[in-house]
Amino acid sequence: MQLSEVRRLLACDVFWGEEFLDRAIKYGCASDLMSDVLAFSRADALLLTGLVNIQTIQTAFIAEIGAIVFVRGKKPDEAVLKVAREKKIPLLGTPHSMYEASGILYQHGVVSTMECSSGVGCARGN
Amino acid sequence: MTGPYSQSFAIQGKNFFNAGKASTEIKTMLKDLGIDPAIVRRVAIATYEAEMNVVMYAEEATLIVEVTPRAIRILVNDRGPGISDINLAMQEGYSTATAEMREMGFGAGMGLPNIKRNSDDFKVSSTVGQGTKLEITVNIN
Repeated sequence: MQLSEVRRLLACDVFWGEEFLDRAIKYGCASDLMSDVLAFSRADALLLTGLVNIQTIQTAFIAEIGAIVFVRGKKPDEAVLKVAREKKIPLLGTPHSMYEASGILYQHGVVSTMECSSGVGCARGN
Repeated sequence: MTGPYSQSFAIQGKNFFNAGKASTEIKTMLKDLGIDPAIVRRVAIATYEAEMNVVMYAEEATLIVEVTPRAIRILVNDRGPGISDINLAMQEGYSTATAEMREMGFGAGMGLPNIKRNSDDFKVSSTVGQGTKLEITVNIN
């Protein structure tokens, strides 16, 4: 789905990156652990996280994350926004919790980037 | 390419604000050299984890990246506390991180395993009280 659809489903604010709302989102990952994002994400995936700092953006850039959605109403400060602009990573925010936001996207066909034991609904099982 | 291309970076320990700068520059450089994006991503992840380890645990380090037609080699030589049990540090989930490191989203015991996962050859050696040396190789072909 397009990032604009993620925005609609999760009732997101767009903090930065309106011009990237046509980006295609196929996979999702949800974590506050940046090493897990580095280990298990895929290029162009969506990252749902509650961690709002410069390292979140840096990690997303290194892992080639397509967009970040901050959960539970968290907002980036100006320093975080500045790095996101430099690295061209759109930043959105949803009032939903990480659990709810993941569930909504999963229901709408955004599968996990991570391996899963059932082999269903994850990148490597599809 | 006539010979190996090499570049050196200085990484400062405990400087969380600049953490990731060397990896970002290396990533951009490899992209500009026209290296396959999937390989660039592996190198970037391994380098970033190595850089974060220096920032979190060491005093300072030199990171050298060498690009040959066959492979990309990253050498990280730090001055710091060293690792007393490398086998333990290689286990996913083992960590000696502080609360501050965890607040940054790191220190979950995935650093060295992540480097190994993204490299074709990975050597780590360490002397307690002196420092740690990493040799990361990612093949181009």
